[in-house]
Amino acid sequence: MSGTHGSASRHWRNQRMTSIALLPLGLWFLFALLRQPSLEHAIVSGWFAKPLQALLGALFGAALLWHSMQGLQVVIEDYVGGALRSFWIGLARILHLAAGLVLAAALVRLAIGGAA
Amino acid sequence: MYTTVLSILHRASGVYLSACGFLFVAWVAAAALGPDAYACVTHFLGRLPMRIVLAFALAAFWYHLFAGIRHLFWDAGVGFEKKAARASGYLVVALAAAAFLATLLLTPAGRFLAGWP
Repeated sequence: MSGTHGSASRHWRNQRMTSIALLPLGLWFLFALLRQPSLEHAIVSGWFAKPLQALLGALFGAALLWHSMQGLQVVIEDYVGGALRSFWIGLARILHLAAGLVLAAALVRLAIGGAA
Repeated sequence: MYTTVLSILHRASGVYLSACGFLFVAWVAAAALGPDAYACVTHFLGRLPMRIVLAFALAAFWYHLFAGIRHLFWDAGVGFEKKAARASGYLVVALAAAAFLATLLLTPAGRFLAGWP
């Protein structure tokens, strides 16, 4: 993504990739969430303390945030023009990047059992 | 007309799920911070307005997933004819509604959202 907002065709192809990745990852997350016996802290931190579950959580989070940014960028480009367009896209990027960093740190802490 | 509404709904559900993605990050972050922070966030998420927000997120998840599959078929050049597009539109709405009701009514977390103990 250099210059303006990257080439449209590459953006389109990347968005298809995250869509396809989110099909299994999104279903995994929803069903893993719904089949937890409860959503108490011990249960949820125990869930993400398992290595495979932590990895799937990280992959889901990465695909979700990336796909979210791609989708929002298309929506902003369609509805916002002028200088405000760059502002909203930039703001969305910063928020997504921050969310990604927070999620990564949280999953690492849960994986090493630091939140017990 | 009908396909236009579904297309806008795909966008709207996507934007809604984007916002809910940040709730997901906040929820995991709270779990990592410890029991007190987690209890604070789940108390907030468990209140009626947020339960409604999350129930809509469940509906948006299923709609966006099935409508997204429909878009992937279109991208592969399948089902773009007007008649096929209308039929797949109805199929997407029916599948999303069925999956939403099933996950809302048949799972503990779904019943929590629906307000049953």
